[in-house]
Amino acid sequence: MAHDHDDHPHDHDHGSELPETALRVKALESLLVEKGLVDPAALDAIVDAYENKIGPRNGARIVARAWIDAGYKARLMTDATAAIAEFGFSGAQGEHMVVVENTPAVHNLVVCTLCSCYPWPVLGLPPVWYKSSAYRSRAVIDPRGVLRDFGLSLSDEVAVRVWDSTAEIRYLVLPERPAGTEGLDAEALADLVTRDAMIGTAKVSAP
Amino acid sequence: MNGVHDMGGMHGFGPVTPEANEPVFHASWEGRVLAMRRAVGAWRRWNIDAGRHTIETLPPADYLRLTYYEKWLESTIKLVLGAGLVTPLELETGRRDPAVPVATPPLTADKVLPVIMKGGPTQRETAVRPRFAAGQSVRARDINPVGHTRLPRYVRGRHGTIECDHGAHVFPDSNARFEGENPQYLYTVRFAARELWGEAANPADAVYLDLWEDYLDPA
Repeated sequence: MAHDHDDHPHDHDHGSELPETALRVKALESLLVEKGLVDPAALDAIVDAYENKIGPRNGARIVARAWIDAGYKARLMTDATAAIAEFGFSGAQGEHMVVVENTPAVHNLVVCTLCSCYPWPVLGLPPVWYKSSAYRSRAVIDPRGVLRDFGLSLSDEVAVRVWDSTAEIRYLVLPERPAGTEGLDAEALADLVTRDAMIGTAKVSAP
Repeated sequence: MNGVHDMGGMHGFGPVTPEANEPVFHASWEGRVLAMRRAVGAWRRWNIDAGRHTIETLPPADYLRLTYYEKWLESTIKLVLGAGLVTPLELETGRRDPAVPVATPPLTADKVLPVIMKGGPTQRETAVRPRFAAGQSVRARDINPVGHTRLPRYVRGRHGTIECDHGAHVFPDSNARFEGENPQYLYTVRFAARELWGEAANPADAVYLDLWEDYLDPA
């Protein structure tokens, strides 16, 4: 459904597979390697890190721990960077973390209107929709409409707080723990927590 | 700059269309672009703000047409040319100028994870005290710099409330021009949705932005 170019000719924020682009990338890499500017093994290691090591499972473990450990949650809400580092997650695009908590009265939504800033250490690389013109333009002026695009309708009584990541502070949403999950351990809870719930475009559902 | 990248509040881009089971990369070249960008960045010939500005200064039609990693590719080429790491002739021929000695890459595979884990914190020590306190009313300045800025158009001239400060952080406007870090207090500022978008907005809703002291006046 993301690739219906016909409906949105002005919003091509999708992954492209133009062979011409692939060839240009290959040519640039060959040149940078030949000049000794980059180490091809380092390039492999960077791709491997973001394909296999750094992703939304990290954030899900943080959320699950906050749900079951009040002391951890208190540390997370006062110094998120340090509390997240307790799990060994830190660094690029998550140097200064803030966690915002969803409650029955408040729903938080994270965006970057100016580029695509996103908390990489806990969520990995951003999905295409997060980087799209549609999301970046509308999240601040029509957050409730954007949430409806994701199938989430909020009552007018719920306050929507949108966090526009204009500096190097990165935001993670702590979603509400669903009812009926009292007996689950941290691993089972983490399995329920989706990437979108930690951006704020979804709620977490009970199994 | 008042560029097309400053999209907050614009209309006409259609609905948000999430993709089920989206892969991290849609083609292997996307991962190579990400990796090259980070690996040449290890030469420290530019900073994150200057890097962002090269994307903002793509021709507006290209900015809207290109995918995220296509923009990164164009921007990386601009950066390596601008820094003199690659010459225009080398880019055109795809071959190293034999007159230029082969370099030694600063980022090797064993350093990748430690470098990622360390990141590039932007908070700086300062002896200066913050100008604003939590709860204080402020007005975002109505400025229109032609260079890089992180003050979006949709809050300029609007009234907000200081939520908290984050200490002093590198100021992107000067850093992007290589004119120094000029660290200054960074605040989270709350703007009521109605202040930004008028009476049609839900009175309970708000938008929070992280804004530097030079973007704010007392109100």
